Amino acid sequence: MQRMIRRRDHEVPALNTSSLPDLIFTVLFFFMIVTHMRDVELKVRYEVPQGTELQKLGHKSAVSYIYVGRAQGAAAATGDMQIQLNDKLSTVDDIKHYLEQERARMTTEDQARMTVSIKADGNTPMGQIADIKHALQQSFALKINYSATEK
Amino acid sequence: MLLNNRTRRKMPGLNTTSTADISFMLLIFFLVTSSMDTDKGLPRQLPPPQDEQHEQELTVKERNVLELRLDDHNQLTIGGEAASFDQLEQRVETFVANTANDAALPEKSTREVNYFGQCQVSDRHVISIQVDRHTSYDAYFQMQNAIVAAYNRLRNQLAQQHFGHSYAQCSADEREAINMVYPQRISEQQPTP
Repeated sequence: MQRMIRRRDHEVPALNTSSLPDLIFTVLFFFMIVTHMRDVELKVRYEVPQGTELQKLGHKSAVSYIYVGRAQGAAAATGDMQIQLNDKLSTVDDIKHYLEQERARMTTEDQARMTVSIKADGNTPMGQIADIKHALQQSFALKINYSATEK
Repeated sequence: MLLNNRTRRKMPGLNTTSTADISFMLLIFFLVTSSMDTDKGLPRQLPPPQDEQHEQELTVKERNVLELRLDDHNQLTIGGEAASFDQLEQRVETFVANTANDAALPEKSTREVNYFGQCQVSDRHVISIQVDRHTSYDAYFQMQNAIVAAYNRLRNQLAQQHFGHSYAQCSADEREAINMVYPQRISEQQPTP
């Protein structure tokens, strides 16, 4: 009888959590590998078009981005399409300077395969895109990429 | 005796309860600062800049040109007649391939190509794109997408026929050979105001 009671007094052993850090570290490493740091703060809102024949962009270090979309904030509803380079809103004339900066940042190897990815909203008028393309041509940034999402 | 007892005591295990919390913090930090989006898109090559005054006029035979226009209401016209984006892919494909050597479709020239030997190459055709400054970028993109889709379909067919696998699985040399048979020849006009 004594024994029975004593047995009931036994505490439930605590859950062994010693492997929990390892588990979380695994998840952490997974995320570190598959994602990349968000390098710019977006000042424009855009929704890229959808396509079917898309290709992945290789060599992240050789890619420069041009964002085109409506400015965030007050003028969002009515605002014209704006161009964003790096962290600030810019105009077409700034593209030349921006590309020079980007070139200076890259290694010679990357300069050869420099690609400009245009992330533009689907509603942007083509006139603006044509101006951007013209500016890119003038700066000899001839490899471009129309950013899109899979349909 | 007492001293002896003390030295024999086991070292307490390192308390690792907080390691989980620390790594959780790291995990959350990475989740917040990084973005999952793998950048995908339609790669294109721009022509080198030209003197606008001295833009050379290239005379191309009428049969070699497929004229695509997008007006300010995003209406697509192929060679003057209205069409939808679905039709475009088919039209481009028949135009570039010209399998029956139709006199109304582009000429071909016979060239020596790796892997294929002497073969007919569709290197005279030109797809001419004319947009309006008010055309939406989305419509333009859909057009580009349809054109690329048509080229990809042709290249895939050729790869399947000759190499028995898809274009994506071809080696660099094989791709180059296929690209010689079906080169992408797209000419973009200045947008109309």
